[in-house]
Amino acid sequence: MPDFILTPITALGHATPEVDIIGPWTITERADVALASLAVRRGRLGDLQAAAAGAGVPLPAAGAAAQGMPYSSFWMTPEMWMVEAPFASHEDIRAHLLPAFGDAASITEQTDAWVRFDLAGADLPRLFERLCNFDLAKAPAGAATRTVMEHLGCYLIKRTDSLVTVYGPRSSAQSLHHALVVAAQSVL
Amino acid sequence: MIIHHPILGPRDAQEFVYLGDASLIGRPDGLTASIEDFHNYTYLRDNPAGAHRELWYHEQGDRSWLVVTRNTLTHEILQVELARDVARAEGRSK
Repeated sequence: MPDFILTPITALGHATPEVDIIGPWTITERADVALASLAVRRGRLGDLQAAAAGAGVPLPAAGAAAQGMPYSSFWMTPEMWMVEAPFASHEDIRAHLLPAFGDAASITEQTDAWVRFDLAGADLPRLFERLCNFDLAKAPAGAATRTVMEHLGCYLIKRTDSLVTVYGPRSSAQSLHHALVVAAQSVL
Repeated sequence: MIIHHPILGPRDAQEFVYLGDASLIGRPDGLTASIEDFHNYTYLRDNPAGAHRELWYHEQGDRSWLVVTRNTLTHEILQVELARDVARAEGRSK
């Protein structure tokens, strides 16, 4: 049998994540985060909350995100969250979560379904008002929402005034990246 | 037009997809209902000039189904509920 040597590539197709610095903004591709969706099974919200508290998985309210170590999460839809963890330690994130939640939750690995970009810099609302209809300037830190950018359903998380995370469909990673770069260049 | 999402607050109606009359929730029982019941359910709709209960889907948001009560004359939105809550209150989706 031949020896295959497989090299992992990022969502944008390179060996290492791409970083673009455009004016005051830095657009960083993040390949170091593992993702899993966590959905309550019918009538098991109490069990899920207890398990989450025990495992250190935050369950933020609607429209919000919460950061923790190792687990962070953001709200997706009623009774459903996306859990984030460092890829290096939690590559198999579902196996990490499953013992804690048992049959109270449906847990689905999502790591390779998404591309993540972190946008850092001052005055980010000026950039995002070109990209989506979410009012980033008015939203508090820790706000998370699903919105549409470049015809793609994306999750947008406002970590702080100067740091925003965008999750978009990985199969459209280059399209989303192109939209972010073009928007940044056009409002310079 | 702004739809006041029960969880997420005011959202632009462009984020939503319209399905139709909220009476679609009340599908007859496939084992016991008559053919007339199914015919009525499938084809017959009221077309009121005034308050109308209809199903909207938050496609560009949290992907929840809503029951929106809208005045078809003025487009005023009178009430917005989660379709899940409406269906359960009607004894469906057990």
